[in-house]
Amino acid sequence: MRALTWHGTHDVRVDTVPDPEIINPRDAILKITSTAICGSDLHLYDGVIPGVVPGDVLGHEFMGEVVETGKDSTLKKGQRVVVPFTISCGGCFHCQIKQYSACENSNPAEKQDMSATLYGHPMAALFGYSHLTGGYSGGQAEYVRVPFSDVGPIVIPDHLEDEQVLFLSDILPTGWMGAENADIQPDDTVAVWGCGPVGLFAIQSAIIMGASKVIAIDHYPHRLELAKQLGAEVINFKTTDVREALMEMSGGIGVDAVIDAVGMEAHGFAVDNMLDMVKQTIGIGADRAAALKQAILAVRPGGRVSIPGVYGGMTDKFPLGALMEKGLQVKSGQTHVQRYTKPLLEKIEDGTIDTTFLISHRLPLEDAARGYKNFREEQDSWTKVVLKPEVEKGETV
Amino acid sequence: MKNNREIGIAGSVAAAGVALGAVAFGAFLSRRHDGGNDDAPKIARRKNQGEHTLVGRTVTIRKPAAELYAYWRDFGNLPEFMENVEQITKQGGTKGRANWTIKAPAGTTVDLKTEITDDVENERIAWASLEGSDIETTGEVTFTEAPGDRGTRVSLRIEYDARGGAIGRGIAKAFLREPEVQARHDLKRFKMLMETGEIATSAHRKSETRKAKQQENG
Ligand SMILES: NC(=O)c1ccc[n+]([C@@H]2O[C@H](COP(=O)([O-])OP(=O)(O)OC[C@H]3O[C@@H](n4cnc5c(N)ncnc54)[C@H](O)[C@@H]3O)[C@@H](O)[C@H]2O)c1
Ligand SMILES: [Zn+2]
Ligand SMILES: [Zn+2]
Repeated sequence: MRALTWHGTHDVRVDTVPDPEIINPRDAILKITSTAICGSDLHLYDGVIPGVVPGDVLGHEFMGEVVETGKDSTLKKGQRVVVPFTISCGGCFHCQIKQYSACENSNPAEKQDMSATLYGHPMAALFGYSHLTGGYSGGQAEYVRVPFSDVGPIVIPDHLEDEQVLFLSDILPTGWMGAENADIQPDDTVAVWGCGPVGLFAIQSAIIMGASKVIAIDHYPHRLELAKQLGAEVINFKTTDVREALMEMSGGIGVDAVIDAVGMEAHGFAVDNMLDMVKQTIGIGADRAAALKQAILAVRPGGRVSIPGVYGGMTDKFPLGALMEKGLQVKSGQTHVQRYTKPLLEKIEDGTIDTTFLISHRLPLEDAARGYKNFREEQDSWTKVVLKPEVEKGETV
Repeated sequence: MKNNREIGIAGSVAAAGVALGAVAFGAFLSRRHDGGNDDAPKIARRKNQGEHTLVGRTVTIRKPAAELYAYWRDFGNLPEFMENVEQITKQGGTKGRANWTIKAPAGTTVDLKTEITDDVENERIAWASLEGSDIETTGEVTFTEAPGDRGTRVSLRIEYDARGGAIGRGIAKAFLREPEVQARHDLKRFKMLMETGEIATSAHRKSETRKAKQQENG
């Protein structure tokens, strides 16, 4: 089959690789119909997540048709499903309390040591996202093997188009959980850093959850415009002093909750020597946490900090004093996708949520490398790329 | 008078203090003697300096102890999740004798004969190697109830003699190349098998799985 494979920093290619096979009883194989490139994929593309091996198939946002099932799969051939990017067994302690992204059984035993050393505990497995999280082949491909197919995949009714539901795989639940973790109250002013897909869905979710005001921060005019259309007020951090603006816009109190939808590659921060040293010592990139640091200073005392943005390692000069002295509450994590797929599918069906506004480009899978390059370099206009394996190169989608 | 009394009180307080201190110091010494002064299991000590090397781990498995005990008690099941163990054949008898074939580097194997030395239904299984084994080792697995509905805490302890001659040490190394890591991974795989019915693998094709590779090498 054809698949998007990682070869090094800023080097991804569509190669021919072996088709996946059913291995465990609960597996299913999907024929991919739509798959997307995520901001998280850019962290892999930029080489700041450890444990990616040349030849790895990327992609964790995908959907498709069931073409093969293991004997304990509950799926049926021909069903259309969206698959959560977090691989969860459904049977361990964490899955039972719905903390799916902390599943204890999905990351193969021999792959758990690296994250256990880095984070104190092994991580759950994710699709197409380095060997730290299992080394599972991803879905930017023609076919994918889906473990625990009786737990994750959600069956999609025929009347919904791929593009209406594809983002249930990650960014829609991620934006939703990002807002939920901000514990929004009706009179709240909420600030969101980053107007990429995750930030935009967090804004949409915060408004649905009843925030009285949502303020969006980015520096790309088009992305800020999308935030505005969702009902947010916007701040361009290139031209405005963010903290000053937020104090004024919240009546001198400070915002009640902040959401960091930027993550470890925040713009406008120079990595210093200390970080380079850490980087060399443990062999991973030092996180650039400019947005998060700003958010912690901007939130009011007793306020809430939600961090859906991804961080992989360590950071320097973290405002720990502000966190403690202001008595802030922090929530973070890879999304517990399985928790949200059903309720969010209902919101898509009843029209409360639209996700299609986000898609700026549709490309054949064969053009995936161009998709990565432009999603990274032309962020303002390339807001979300959907790849179609069934479309031939050169054909327009 | 008053002064004398105060001195007297102070004196007895001091004496009591010294006495208490001595008791405490005695307790300290005796704890130090058994290697630690906290409640952590022996396995967590920074150094275990005995003649034997001790490795092990604890995992919590969301299944009743009886089910886990029953699976483990059937030694023929162990190669399912023990990476280096190719085969275990049960020899029958009351002592649960078994012959183990363990994979070692360069296509060689290490053979082990064991018998069960302690067996408490649903709680504990202990085994030890017998005369004629390539390596001297003992093992123990215990099953204790976890709080609430969290299932069962399963602890595995393996001790082996790492002194021996050069050959003995070589075999020990081959047997348990990275004993800590091995014990940890084996237990994790046991947990996966019990909780999910399968062992997680990111293999893309059957030919890449552990089983296929085991057969290939074996
Ligand atoms: N927690 C999860 O499970 C999960 C899931 C998906 C994505 N993510 C993470 O969420 C983050 C965002 O994802 P995305 O797809 O929206 O990425 P993206 O790269 O498309 O968007 C990031 C946006 O942040 C903006 N930005 C950069 N620096 C900023 C700053 N200092 N202040 C304000 N805005 C700034 C950029 O201009 C960009 O528009 C990434 O870190 C991604 O890895 C997390
Ligand atoms: Zn994603
Ligand atoms: Zn689980």
